[in-house]
Amino acid sequence: MTSPALAVSPSASARKPARFRSLVTKYRVPLSILALCLLPWLLPSKALAVNVLIYGTVAVGYNLLFGYTGLLSFGHAAFVGTGAYITGIAIGQFGVPWYLAVLMGVIGGALLAFVMGALSTRTRGIYFSMVTLALAQLVYYVALQTPSWTGGENGLRGFTVNKINLFGFEINFLDPVNKYYVLMVFAALALWLVSRILNSPFGAAIEAIRENERRARTCGYNVERTKLLSFTLSGTICALGGTMSALHLAFVPLDSLHYLSSGMIVMMTLLGGASSFFGPFIGALVFLVMEDVFSLWTSHWQIIVGSIFVLFVLFLPKGIWGTFLTKVMR
Amino acid sequence: MDTELILMQLFSGVALGAILVITALGLSIIFGMLGVVNFAHGALFMVGAYAGLWVASLTGSFWWGLLVAPIMIGVFGMAIEYVLIRPLYGRSIDDPLLLTFGLSYVLVEGVRIVFGSDGIPFPTPSSLTGVVDLGVGFFPIYRIFVVGVVFLVVVLLWLGLEKTKFGLIVRAGARDPTMMKVLGVDISKVWLLVFGLGVGLASLGGVLSGPMRSVNPEMGALVLAEAFVVTVIGGLGSLVGSIIAGLLVGVVISMTALFAPEMATIVMFALMAIVLLIRPQGLFGKLA
Repeated sequence: MTSPALAVSPSASARKPARFRSLVTKYRVPLSILALCLLPWLLPSKALAVNVLIYGTVAVGYNLLFGYTGLLSFGHAAFVGTGAYITGIAIGQFGVPWYLAVLMGVIGGALLAFVMGALSTRTRGIYFSMVTLALAQLVYYVALQTPSWTGGENGLRGFTVNKINLFGFEINFLDPVNKYYVLMVFAALALWLVSRILNSPFGAAIEAIRENERRARTCGYNVERTKLLSFTLSGTICALGGTMSALHLAFVPLDSLHYLSSGMIVMMTLLGGASSFFGPFIGALVFLVMEDVFSLWTSHWQIIVGSIFVLFVLFLPKGIWGTFLTKVMR
Repeated sequence: MDTELILMQLFSGVALGAILVITALGLSIIFGMLGVVNFAHGALFMVGAYAGLWVASLTGSFWWGLLVAPIMIGVFGMAIEYVLIRPLYGRSIDDPLLLTFGLSYVLVEGVRIVFGSDGIPFPTPSSLTGVVDLGVGFFPIYRIFVVGVVFLVVVLLWLGLEKTKFGLIVRAGARDPTMMKVLGVDISKVWLLVFGLGVGLASLGGVLSGPMRSVNPEMGALVLAEAFVVTVIGGLGSLVGSIIAGLLVGVVISMTALFAPEMATIVMFALMAIVLLIRPQGLFGKLA
């Protein structure tokens, strides 16, 4: 998208943004890891930084499905919550070491995502959002009705991880800075994975489906299987985010499974910009900072966040980072 | 298990289903006409219940609440369509969905500010309290009244859509809005009225369900999920589908509550999953 003036005299300064853009895309994983390293020192509290890390991972995973495959799911809280619950139950009730518990949470979330994806990708268009919401509510009510496993309405407690053993070094996990940098390794892994997926032929296939499903089908892509794989991968990364939040809070609230939590993930992704790599992470950062700031003023901060979201849908549907890329850095 | 208990539970299911029918009808009418899935439908159901309670306490009569609140919230719905949803026509089908989701946040929090976060009891009108003997057992009069009102509304809706000129325009507009514009019909006015009607139906459901459960700001969340389940089972945009699936889900929930109470909420989602496996477009839906 170049304006006529630029097309006539492409000066060196006019080409700079394009070079900026391609550089940012090329080094997006090292750049985001650098940003993550600095994050705890830029934000008012370490707890907020850990939350940004967790929800940033969740939103980036979610965006694989929403932004890149073009499927608006309202059920991803089910995978975040399942990852968290399995990790918590494995540590608290079976005494599994924390790293195995994380692995179990991720695998459990991936299996659930596969089953939910298999059901919901059978539907088209607007149905998909409704079906994912309803299936996620099913998971919510199952957790509510099995309190001996999940703690029911009170949520799951009693699995605090005090210290962790890394290659012979004992790390105090209650220290917020240590906690941040341990969890950052998981977030970096997720970011690398998503970047790798997007650079692969599969990444091109999901974008082709988003742009024109019928054409992708005509080109010989197996649309159903590609959608299901994208759904499963996206759910798996969200489950990883869930296990991170379980380690962080040592508590899994029942509301983490509710569709309003799914909606929060959607809001973060859209605020930041759904069609970009950095967008969801920026969205999570902005959303959580807004929550932090507004909840100091009023307990009704949701009315402010909701209104801002409505204004974004109306006037800035590309989100903060997406708008920055198209308007400023074109 | 004796047959009388089962019959009583069946009646309860129909009463529960009646509320689902009216809520899902509102959702389905809006989708069929405008192609918009209203994610604020549950929140507007809740706002309707509060509006009914407010008008009833102001006038001292439940009947005014039942009559005025749906009209009031219906007009409010028209304002939402005019100001917020109209700019989104022609954009991605996800945009109105996202916007109404954000709106539901604002509505729920707004109600918390005005009426407080705690639930408020919604008294059953004195003329409708008590039970009546159905031959097999005693049944609350209010629930029979709810079924009657929903039946009346469904008949009126059917007559309105099938027998009037406005209904003809609505049906034609759902099929081919461009052709209606070519024929000189101001379709945007029709969309405004249909959105208002759908929201009005949701708030009527809210007022009717008030005396059956207490009124709280979070009540819309479950209602939205229920309405989605009913429309997915019945087929989105199909009015007959909404009615049959609403009653079916109501009866299934209430029967499950009799045999396995902890499964009552879960069973409707399982029913939806089965329908999706066998008929992804819903029982009465057409293939896209």
